[in-house]
Amino acid sequence: MAVCVAVIAKENYPLYIRSVPTENELKFHYMVHTSLDVVDEKISALGKALVDQRELYLGLLYPTEDHKVYGYVTNSKVKFVMVVDASNTALRDNEIRSMFRKLHNSYTDVMCNPFYNPGDRIQSRAFDSMVTSMMIQVC
Amino acid sequence: MEVAGGGGSGSPLLLSDAEQQCYSELFARCAGAAGGGPSGPPEAARAVPGAATAAAGPVADLFRASQLPAETLHQITELCGAKRVGYFGPTQFYVALKLIAAAQSGLPVRIESIKCELPLPRFMMSKNDGEVRFGNPAELHGTKAQIPYLTTEKNSFKRTDDGDKQQETQSPTMSPLASPPSSPPHYQRVPLSHGYSKLWSSAEQMHPAPYEARQPLVPPEGTSSGGPGTKPPRLQASLIRSFSVEREPQDSNSNYPDEPWRITEEQREYYVNQFRSLQPDPSSFISGSVAKNFFTKSKLSIPELSYIWELSDADCDGALTLPEFCAAFHLIVARKNGYPLPEALPPTLQPEYLQAAFPKSKWECAAFDSYSESMPASQQPRDLHRSETSVKDMADFPVPIQDVTLDDKQASKNIKDEASPKDVSEDSATPKDSSSLKARPRSRSYSSTSIEEAMKRSEDPPTPPPRPQKTHSRASSLDLNKVFQPSAPAAKSGSLPQPPALPPRPCPSQVSQHSVNSESSAQPKPPAQPYGDFRLQEQSEQTSEAEVHPQSSRGPSQAAESSPAKKDIPYSQPPSKPIRRKFRPENQAPENQELPPTVGGPASAPTMKPHPAVQKQSSKQKKAIQTAIRKNKEANAVLARLNSELQQQLKEVHQERIALENQLEQLRPVTVL
Repeated sequence: MAVCVAVIAKENYPLYIRSVPTENELKFHYMVHTSLDVVDEKISALGKALVDQRELYLGLLYPTEDHKVYGYVTNSKVKFVMVVDASNTALRDNEIRSMFRKLHNSYTDVMCNPFYNPGDRIQSRAFDSMVTSMMIQVC
Repeated sequence: MEVAGGGGSGSPLLLSDAEQQCYSELFARCAGAAGGGPSGPPEAARAVPGAATAAAGPVADLFRASQLPAETLHQITELCGAKRVGYFGPTQFYVALKLIAAAQSGLPVRIESIKCELPLPRFMMSKNDGEVRFGNPAELHGTKAQIPYLTTEKNSFKRTDDGDKQQETQSPTMSPLASPPSSPPHYQRVPLSHGYSKLWSSAEQMHPAPYEARQPLVPPEGTSSGGPGTKPPRLQASLIRSFSVEREPQDSNSNYPDEPWRITEEQREYYVNQFRSLQPDPSSFISGSVAKNFFTKSKLSIPELSYIWELSDADCDGALTLPEFCAAFHLIVARKNGYPLPEALPPTLQPEYLQAAFPKSKWECAAFDSYSESMPASQQPRDLHRSETSVKDMADFPVPIQDVTLDDKQASKNIKDEASPKDVSEDSATPKDSSSLKARPRSRSYSSTSIEEAMKRSEDPPTPPPRPQKTHSRASSLDLNKVFQPSAPAAKSGSLPQPPALPPRPCPSQVSQHSVNSESSAQPKPPAQPYGDFRLQEQSEQTSEAEVHPQSSRGPSQAAESSPAKKDIPYSQPPSKPIRRKFRPENQAPENQELPPTVGGPASAPTMKPHPAVQKQSSKQKKAIQTAIRKNKEANAVLARLNSELQQQLKEVHQERIALENQLEQLRPVTVL
């Protein structure tokens, strides 16, 4: 269950960012922003010509005291960043991977919409509902 | 059957057997309708573990069909606890049905009233005059539309008949009590066909269709649980509602009246014709871009169009099949007429329903031939066909995602079967079931738009790429024309136009001078490209190759040195000329060394002077200048050629370097991060 989900475009501006409504959402925005550096470092570490061999799932980008940040890059350099609660120890790597896969599928669905211009903010309700299903249910 | 415990009241709810059966049937139908039905608000769809929920939409319609006034229904909904918990679980549903029965019997809507024995609730389902008991098969006749639905009702309710007969006698007497609020709609139900057409024309301002035309809409098979079957009664209930005062939906849970989301026969024809105008083959897709252009003409805002697309493209492949297209078109029409867009695709607009209602054979009628002739846009769909077939092979990018998608969708399918249906997720999941089959068209159409453009581009004969400058046959002198023009952007305005005919070959002495001059002058000149000079230049290159290397400052000769290393073979020189020329450079070598590299053509003129001025000065000078210019142009060409070759060499070296780096990376142990 994610605390914050963000979709970052190739040019490193956010296409979609949504966090659990807490008192300090700016903190999540900041964490996502700093994670972009780590993402760039990871994708460049493997070399420029190895795009095919690079895995889309980047894994744990960096842990903080309360949260862990996971990353995922598509072939078109669109990045998905997910912040999860560090106390949620039951969350396995496979679950994170499946969540990213779902994100990627929904993102592809959004792209399939001809009225969506790549680079616009994502306003698809289907995408929203999918992200809602992944977020922590704050009652 | 379980006894529904503690609804909103906290006291156990005792149901007789008949009531149990009746209620469970109703509940199953409402829950079944949720399978393809419109979703209520998300909270209404929250799953109760271990139990199904009835979607708010069909439930609300059912309640309205009970002919109770709106306030009563509100009270009932509140009392049964559905509002509080946000959904219609079995307990809430049963309590609500009990309350409806109580209300219809004239009892006040209270929890206490359901404790006593009550008749079954009545729901107005049929079109006939007079009220028809929900479970009474005897009166269910007349309307063909109801038959498929009601036959199932007949079967299910026959068992309850015996138990109900007693209460039946009460019902006619009770009915007048419940009917006063319903009498106006009752009255208006009679001229239903007329009323429907009025409604449709007022609402849609499109083809008013007689109600009878909608009979074939109802599919003969009641396979999709109660979904299609509930539609005619819901349609009636909604029609009634729309004629009554409250036109807007009363509460947030109630869905929209169903009729705006039904496609009439004439509308269907219209949509199909429009589809054919975009895509002659009714069984194929309309690509995203084509559809986008078409729907943009409707002048709806882009976010709305985007949302409509999202609703109607059930398999999310970026293309619209005919049912999807009709659904999208219908939504646009509805939106333009003021209907707010639904949260999810209404069941009447879902592709499976549309395909079942309008069998494909009807679409691919003879009109297809007539349309295929006169399609102005037929070329585009043909390109689409071509591109689709070609893209199948070329679908590289979507393929990995497609595989992942297939796995994920199958996994989600399995998960979905276990969990209780959520309306929203179900709407997306059920199309995704079919999309797992259609995943290939997803890949096809995703890249088809780009490939289509590529195909179109390739349709135009591509401008032939500039011939490689390596080949140096005589015919390639024509290429020099192309080469020189782009490579000499700073062409002098006074550059000589391309000679239509071969210029006379200058005499060897002049040639030697000019070759010297051209070689000595490092600056490229925009030359004319006479055929003869090219040969001469080749000769000069050959000679420079043959002789001792002249000064390094002579760029062209350097170019000639390195390039001939590669161009030996391509050079197809008549052997006589180099032989002839060989001797000259030897004479000229010292001269070249003497002469500093001069700049420009005018410089060549003074260099000519120290030469033995045997020739006539003025006219010869002009000719010499001209030939010098030509020479410079050729030198320029040579330089450009050399440049391109060096660039290619550089690229190759780069690639080699990258390959080596890759190998190095692979050999290096992978760092674990």
